[in-house]
Amino acid sequence: MIEYAIYFAYGCFGLALLFCLFRVVFAPGLADRVLALDTMAVNMIALLTLFGLHRGTGMYFEASLLFAMVGFISTVAYAKFVLRGDIIE
Amino acid sequence: MGDGAMIWEFIVSGLLVVGGFFGLVGSYGLVKLPDPMTRLHAPTKSATLGVGGVLLASMIWFPVHHGHFSWHELLITLFLFLTAPVTGFFIAKAHMHLGWDAHELPRPAPDKHWATFAAPDQESLVDRVEAARKG
Repeated sequence: MIEYAIYFAYGCFGLALLFCLFRVVFAPGLADRVLALDTMAVNMIALLTLFGLHRGTGMYFEASLLFAMVGFISTVAYAKFVLRGDIIE
Repeated sequence: MGDGAMIWEFIVSGLLVVGGFFGLVGSYGLVKLPDPMTRLHAPTKSATLGVGGVLLASMIWFPVHHGHFSWHELLITLFLFLTAPVTGFFIAKAHMHLGWDAHELPRPAPDKHWATFAAPDQESLVDRVEAARKG
């Protein structure tokens, strides 16, 4: 049963990544594109955790932790660049 | 497999399905909703909740089936739930400065205006220290 739940969640987050990719390519504004990239990072964390759950190893947690940190820092850097035209002033 | 493990399997499966559903809704809202400020709602709330569900499922699954508690999920959950409001705030602020005139926005309070559109405070700490030295 847990197998089917994992496959369902795989499908959900894969579809969510496709929606985000669509928003990155056809974005009406710059803020939307940054938001879509941030959401892609969040969905990737969920997919990596699911993969670790499926395989039964804790090896993928480091990868998802790195995704969380890099996603946050890149989003802040993007927003700062959009706001000020520079990242480190 | 005993009955106890079966119950935990039900709980983990439910959490995975709910988490997947919320993650999908969060990203579908990013495509579906009409304007940028409403689009900000979908990923910052719903997608974070979806990931939280999956991480909670993993946090329950590993002690039940592999017999050891792993702190990584808790760390990831804490980090995500702390950073999601910050990124949402930053993107909202960037959008306000990119797309809006300060006079078009509704006031946050009857006699106050948005702090992010205020003129910068020119007095710096150095000025204050020098004034104290002179006076």
